[in-house]
Amino acid sequence: MQILEGEKVTKYFGGLAAVSNVDFHVDKGEVFGLIGPNGAGKTTLFNLISGAFVPKSGEIKFKGKKISGLKPHRICRMGMARTFQDVKIFGNMPAVDNVLLGSLFGTPTGMSSAAAAKEATELLDFVGLSVPRETPAGGLTLVDQKRVGVARALATKADMLLLDETMAGLTPTETAEAMELVTRIRDRGVTVFMIEHVMKAIMGVCDRIMVLHHGEKIADGTPKEIANSKKVIEVYLGE
Amino acid sequence: MDITTFTSNKKFWIWGISLLAVLAALATLPQWLGSYYVILLKDILMLVLITVSWVIFSGPTGYMSLASAAFFGVGVYTSALLLPMTGAVLPLLLVIVIAGLVSFILGLLAGALTLRLKGIYFAVFTFGLVLLIQRFLLWFEMNITHTRGRFVLLVEDNTIFYVMLAIFVATLLTAYFIRRSKFGLALQSIGLNEEAAAHSGVNVTRVKVITFAISAVFMGAAGAIYATKLTYIDPYIAFNPLFSFLPVLMAIFGGLGSFYGPIIGAALFSYLQEFLKTEFPFQYMIIFGLLLMAVIVFMPRGLVGLVQRLLASLKEGPEEKSTPGWAIIFCLFGILGGLVGWFIFRERRGARVLLKAGGVVTLIGGAAYLLMFLLTLLGGLGGGYF
Repeated sequence: MQILEGEKVTKYFGGLAAVSNVDFHVDKGEVFGLIGPNGAGKTTLFNLISGAFVPKSGEIKFKGKKISGLKPHRICRMGMARTFQDVKIFGNMPAVDNVLLGSLFGTPTGMSSAAAAKEATELLDFVGLSVPRETPAGGLTLVDQKRVGVARALATKADMLLLDETMAGLTPTETAEAMELVTRIRDRGVTVFMIEHVMKAIMGVCDRIMVLHHGEKIADGTPKEIANSKKVIEVYLGE
Repeated sequence: MDITTFTSNKKFWIWGISLLAVLAALATLPQWLGSYYVILLKDILMLVLITVSWVIFSGPTGYMSLASAAFFGVGVYTSALLLPMTGAVLPLLLVIVIAGLVSFILGLLAGALTLRLKGIYFAVFTFGLVLLIQRFLLWFEMNITHTRGRFVLLVEDNTIFYVMLAIFVATLLTAYFIRRSKFGLALQSIGLNEEAAAHSGVNVTRVKVITFAISAVFMGAAGAIYATKLTYIDPYIAFNPLFSFLPVLMAIFGGLGSFYGPIIGAALFSYLQEFLKTEFPFQYMIIFGLLLMAVIVFMPRGLVGLVQRLLASLKEGPEEKSTPGWAIIFCLFGILGGLVGWFIFRERRGARVLLKAGGVVTLIGGAAYLLMFLLTLLGGLGGGYF
């Protein structure tokens, strides 16, 4: 069953087509990967899906309902949460408050403060944050900030998670932990849509992959198909 | 976060009871103080409550609003319309409430229009609002009603004081509960990263507009009661841009980070202003300006930041890299010394002892100040805080 589908999604920045005529779909319960060289339009596509941008043309449907044009907080409350390439953590707030915000505002039905507080602690355990929860999130290491970001997104009781380059800048050990976290998130029943540059990670963890280049979709399929696609190899390695 | 969690909190009760005691003391004040002090205190209460209500919105979100004078002025004019010299149209308390409501609506409108602007653009637009309303009223009075200004019903000093106290209490309670509620968390998240807040489910526009309007209520109410002291008001008096800048200055003076910072800051600031104005009517702006500059340069986190650093250095001993707390005390001492010195020079007829004492204080203060400056310089070279 398709949880997210996009039809001829297009977005221009000035005269430049950042995303043009992209058709895609994500099945419920899978881990879907999005790759492409720098400037391919990956984050723009995420911004279109999460409501930061409105597509110029085309339509995006989430759980069968049209979401293109809705405000970010609405889309979030429908069950779609995201993380950011540049983390965007609330630096002056304790880690636990970062997560609390997601539970208090992002859930479809709302939550009592007591339940939200309990949820926040559990989620920080789930993502493996081992430092004290009261330290301001801005003082955490990059990997811990990313963990808080994932926990904040999960706190909204999302059915679908958009992960934007969660593994960039991590050490090999941390990357392995992050890959394991992605599978654990999927096992919770959350569909994962992830942008990633770390090939080993994306090939290892994704069920299907889509490749963008200059805003256009050039391939999609299983990791194996993508790895053997002539077009993809050309884009990444040159002709 | 929950009301239940902090009513069971011991600290909450201690604070609550001491606050009640202070309020009770304030309430009985007119019984044993002269009317000058009642009026002075009323002005201080007003400036504190305007600052606190400014902080409700601008503190956590970081949107610097300069619309305070507009909300205040709307309150003044509401009062002038409903409480004219010729006799009250409506009872005083009702007028105060209506003024708050009118400001609330103006806040909603202005917020909906301006809150999509960020940073300096928001500040400029909100300030434009003050001038826009002021000019419109001037035009209206000159061309439509053919009047200039209005006469306002005089209200007794003690009544003004009690009404101001009531608005003050309402402001503090509102500010406290907003800060402690999940609404406060949302406001803070908007200030830290608006985009992330929106993607975490916060309806950022609604939260911003409503809070902006709530903060306007108290400014409007304060303006309404303030007007009854003035006898005559016109658009220049009602929409005085000073009321846009004072809350910002006072909040920074006290320290924006904490709840009590702006309260203490505004109280001290307004008292200092009054003191300087009466003691040095001609030089007061110069002294005041210098003092403000000193505060911004040497206390970037305001009075509260200063006190926190003092406490920290007392607890843990002076840190290696930052200027120790006693140097800051000396700095204040120096300023105080300078002030007393100036006062003595001006009042040459004053007692000789005072003159000597002032000189000594000035000397010690000046020396301490110099010492601190050198330490600061050294600290700076060592990569310290200053």
